[in-house]
Amino acid sequence: MNQGKILLVEDSRDDVELTLRALKSNNITNEVVIASDGVQAIEHLFGSEAGPAPMELPSIVLLDLNLPKVNGLEVLKRIRSDDRTALLPVVILTSSTEERDMVEGYKLGANSYVQKPVDFLEFTQAAKQLGLYWLLLNRSPPSTGRL
Amino acid sequence: MLRDGPIARRLTAMILLIAGISLLLTSVAFGGYQYWSFRRTMLSNLGVRGQILASNSTAALAFADSADAVEILSALRADPHVRAAAIFDPDGVPLARYPVDLRDSELPSAPGPDGYRFEGGMAIGYEPVVGATEQRLGTLYLASDLEALYDTLFWAGLIGAGVFVVSLLAAYWSSQLLQGAVSVPIRRLAETAKVVSSAHDYSVRASTIRGGGEVGELTDAFNHMLGHIEAQDRELRAGRDKLEGYAQELEARVQERTQALQQANDSLRMYADNLAAANKELDAFAYSVSHDLRAPLRSIDGFSHVLLEDYLDKLDDTGRDYLGRVRAASQRMGLLIDDLLRLARISRVEMRKEFVDLSAMASQIAADLRASDGDRRVAFSVAPGLDAWADKRLLQVVMDNLMRNSWKYSSKKDEAHIEVDQVQSNGSRAFRVRDNGAGFDMKYADKLFGEFQRLHSVSEFEGTGVGLATVRRIVMRHGGKIWAEGKVGEGAAFYFTLAPRAAEAGESHS
Repeated sequence: MNQGKILLVEDSRDDVELTLRALKSNNITNEVVIASDGVQAIEHLFGSEAGPAPMELPSIVLLDLNLPKVNGLEVLKRIRSDDRTALLPVVILTSSTEERDMVEGYKLGANSYVQKPVDFLEFTQAAKQLGLYWLLLNRSPPSTGRL
Repeated sequence: MLRDGPIARRLTAMILLIAGISLLLTSVAFGGYQYWSFRRTMLSNLGVRGQILASNSTAALAFADSADAVEILSALRADPHVRAAAIFDPDGVPLARYPVDLRDSELPSAPGPDGYRFEGGMAIGYEPVVGATEQRLGTLYLASDLEALYDTLFWAGLIGAGVFVVSLLAAYWSSQLLQGAVSVPIRRLAETAKVVSSAHDYSVRASTIRGGGEVGELTDAFNHMLGHIEAQDRELRAGRDKLEGYAQELEARVQERTQALQQANDSLRMYADNLAAANKELDAFAYSVSHDLRAPLRSIDGFSHVLLEDYLDKLDDTGRDYLGRVRAASQRMGLLIDDLLRLARISRVEMRKEFVDLSAMASQIAADLRASDGDRRVAFSVAPGLDAWADKRLLQVVMDNLMRNSWKYSSKKDEAHIEVDQVQSNGSRAFRVRDNGAGFDMKYADKLFGEFQRLHSVSEFEGTGVGLATVRRIVMRHGGKIWAEGKVGEGAAFYFTLAPRAAEAGESHS
């Protein structure tokens, strides 16, 4: 299994906890870096003037849409506009059932769009599918080969 | 002059022409008769004179007494018109001549045949002179000029011309007097007609004439006609006035309506603006519901699950039961939120209408339902050839809901039957989904389509009570109606109509 990091962009501490648990119960043991808003997510990926250097590129970004400060779609736009991160796998993980969010997400280059179900078991199931696909089966494009 | 010009002048001309012609003819006849009778008289006078002279000159001839003969002829001096006379002896030699100095060339070379006649512009005569024993003694010759005739003719002509002129003048004068009887009424008629046609005044009348013959009749007829026209004109004017009144009234009403419409439009625009604002708010609300309400639910469900997994040993049966209830409730709330969002979305989604094969759609749903629960025995019957003018995705929601309902509420029947067909209802086509399931009490029929209205408990049949409200909203967006019939324990039938395509010709699709 790909042992790269997972960047989880999620402002709800509950959802972070549940996501971590769902990953763990599916034996996905990759290190998870958590960003609780859009600004943090961008700092993690690209670094900041005063703050730390950018992190090692993760294997996958799990991105919530409804975020404080800078929302998920803007973060996605930023990721796709930078050569270094343009091909980074990004999975939108959101509670939004709005079609326009999904369409907009795919338009901006999301690799997948997963709606967070209310039922925890379903959520766990979804996390398992994600892990299987993006960490196990999917081969990253060569430009992200530094990982 | 006879063919055009005022009638008075034409009449005068006509009368003068007729009078002139008759006068001329009369004069010519009279003059001719005068001429003819005067010539006769003239010859007969000459004859009488010749006979007298002849009988007087018997002795002179018998004795060849020339002097006597001259003496006899000299009596002719009394008549200045006798230009020449002679007495010839039986040998044709003139014995005496008159006047005495008459040249031979003015005498005939020999006596002509007896008798009187006009010859060479003169009246001449040869009278035999006969003796007592009837023997011929000689011939008397007389020649008279025609001055007298010409005099007579001249005077006759003069008088004739005078009479002609005087008569014409008299005719002219009398025609001037008389033609008025004919022309004046006609002229008046004409003037009246002119007034009528130029001023459109139908109240005038041509003055009538008593005993006016055809002109009088014409005048009467004309006046009669005017009377008719005046009456009609009056009616016409009255009608027109009334029409104008109507028109003004109509205009006022139109103005009133336009104003009302304007106001209605203004308020409608205001409502539309408000509605747009409300829709926007609803949008934001739905978005917020979909994110913010689901997140805590997920936490409730998720951590309940964690508790059940990780702390199972610390809970007794009651605690586990309660946690199970918490999870069930949160999941149910999740369903409710999803349904609500779908209902809200249906009001906002843009409709794209097309002809939809409803039979195929219903058959597919039936197949899906069968596949979802292989244990159930349900007889589906879908009428072939059902087509609907609708948004396909929305119609799918309608049929899905109705057939799923039938499926759900007939689940307690051993022999469930679900039927999809169409019927005529009040002259329009209605689609029908019918089952022989639990049915419902018609008392509550109007509550079927309300949001969160349920006629059965959740424990009896699952559901949120949003499905039929969604169905009704879709049918209404399609300009149709929906209603239901049912009987407890015997089944339910749901009917819905859709506006036919023809009904929305020219309507915008927005």
